[in-house]
Amino acid sequence: MNYFLTEEQTMIKELAAQIADEKIRPLAIQYDEEGTFPHDIMKILAASDLCGVYIEEKYGGLGGGIFEMSLVVEELSRACGGISLSYAATGLGAFPIILFGNDEQKQKYLPDIAAGKKLAAFGLTEAGAGSDASGIRTTATLDGDEYVLNGTKQWITNGGEAEIYTVVACTDRTKGSRGFSAFIVEKDTPGFTFGKKENKMGIRASCTRELVFDNCRVPKENLLSKEGAGFIVAMKTLDRTRPGVAAQALGIATGAMNEAVKYSKEREQFGSTISSFQAVQHILADMAIQIEAARALVYATCKFIDSGAKNISKDSAMCKVMASDTAMKVTTDAVQILGGYGYMKEYPVEKMMRDAKITQIYEGTNQIQRNIIALNLLKEFSASH
Amino acid sequence: MNIIVCVKQVPATTEVKMNKETNTIIREGIESVINPFDTYAVEEGLRIKDRTEGKVTVVSMGIPAVADMLKQTVALGADDCVLLSDRAFAGADTLATAYALSMGIRKIGEYDLIICGKQATDGDTAQVGPSLAEKLGIPHATYVRKITGIGDGRIQCQRLTDDGYDDIELTLPALITVVKEINEPRLPSLKGMMRAKKAEVAVWTADDVGADKAQCGLQGSPTQVIQTFVPVHDVQSEMFEGTPEEQARKLTDRLLSMHFMKAGE
Repeated sequence: MNYFLTEEQTMIKELAAQIADEKIRPLAIQYDEEGTFPHDIMKILAASDLCGVYIEEKYGGLGGGIFEMSLVVEELSRACGGISLSYAATGLGAFPIILFGNDEQKQKYLPDIAAGKKLAAFGLTEAGAGSDASGIRTTATLDGDEYVLNGTKQWITNGGEAEIYTVVACTDRTKGSRGFSAFIVEKDTPGFTFGKKENKMGIRASCTRELVFDNCRVPKENLLSKEGAGFIVAMKTLDRTRPGVAAQALGIATGAMNEAVKYSKEREQFGSTISSFQAVQHILADMAIQIEAARALVYATCKFIDSGAKNISKDSAMCKVMASDTAMKVTTDAVQILGGYGYMKEYPVEKMMRDAKITQIYEGTNQIQRNIIALNLLKEFSASH
Repeated sequence: MNIIVCVKQVPATTEVKMNKETNTIIREGIESVINPFDTYAVEEGLRIKDRTEGKVTVVSMGIPAVADMLKQTVALGADDCVLLSDRAFAGADTLATAYALSMGIRKIGEYDLIICGKQATDGDTAQVGPSLAEKLGIPHATYVRKITGIGDGRIQCQRLTDDGYDDIELTLPALITVVKEINEPRLPSLKGMMRAKKAEVAVWTADDVGADKAQCGLQGSPTQVIQTFVPVHDVQSEMFEGTPEEQARKLTDRLLSMHFMKAGE
């Protein structure tokens, strides 16, 4: 379908597609198997200028928004949802600075992210604070001109690989989530270390680690917005980056559908290709319907967010739910179409099925997303009656 | 260091179709790409530019549509593009092509190094590079697989041979033709693609470069192709992929199914 992308968006999509097809796809199965962090691909992305598509021009970017970022994530994810995540998670780490950073903070951190010289990461989740983000225990205490951070963040994508971390910690325990504050923490700050690399079911080329803060002193200037704004920083960031997860899911689903179509035209059973059987055709047709519907919702949401709209939580959650549920369904069906071969690691669809699963879980489980959607739906109804 | 890179547009397919009347390649209506060997020439030119500064000018001879292909090299980092395009250039053999390119390059002016791909995938002659060097009266080296040094009016490089390689030094300006081993071409950048969109390709005719039309095109071509044909290969081949063990298993299965082998042998 033609979504009437601008000339610039078309170029972004084409370039990302070229990198996915020529550079990522040949390595995807190997990097998944080994759990190799894709440093080489990150260098290619840096040279391509794609790292800065969502960053303002005055900070070295191309001045696009969530839509441009999502186009890149979608294309890269067609080839590998793990490698694309290292790119997308940098966006997640950068958006708190883009949205809430002051000019000095933006000048200091965004140009290196835009140039692809540094990766970023976002630290919110803790062992006891998953869906209930208000349960975080990491603390930040002001001591002179510095905040002293103590605590452990869990399952942080790009942990150890990123140079720039935006971290949410508690500055006032008496105020609940209103006592949270967000900080920029640089790698190599004394007292900031990393846990072991997690051994994951999917997205294995991405790197997931704990962030451990042990009397880690962060300059006062690294506070984002103001004390007590941390929860808002996190929620507003996630509202804007959920379409990125949706785009990742969309790319994985598209990649799986392409593999299923290709295989169905090659595989012969009962004397003809399996693509000639209606049972197979209908599965393929359903894949196409669901993917295109999800894509339309993701793109529309991206444009809505980039228009500067304020109330985006519901739409952002809807596109994430729809695209990730679609990815899970489509990748599972792709494995079904490839049959026994689909279950084997020599073929790419079992990896896609493993990669798809996380998109229903992270950046807010799909159950939490449905809470957000319903809450807003009911609020909207009350407001109009 | 000013570098000139010569590139050719070739049909994307390996099945080249010929015009039976003129015995020249039919280029119309077929998807075209930059000759794969020339992409290594462009990359090497850009790498020298990255190290030494200066500029890279990309030159081609061809139909007006070749301008779009030249713009792709701007997306990679080339500075200027020149297209030699004129009815008078049509049907050129390698000598007439080398002559036309030499006249275009004389008009471009000063340069330190000319880089060409080792050959084009359509004609496969590998003659244009060396002929061009002769026309310009400069030294050349073919099949260069590595540039080991460049500067102070000299270039040192390794020329691939059947047995290994030769270390060669040439005085600049010089011409080299390069092989695939020399580098891995970069992908375009977004800023490069945007620059390419706006880039202007200089299109020069035979008159613009002061070429003698008797030496151009079909008229200036001493070699004439009498007949072309695709050799018939009766052998059917099938490639098996996978690990050596998997390949062996697939091969055995195939031989068994064709009854060339019996199970248990």
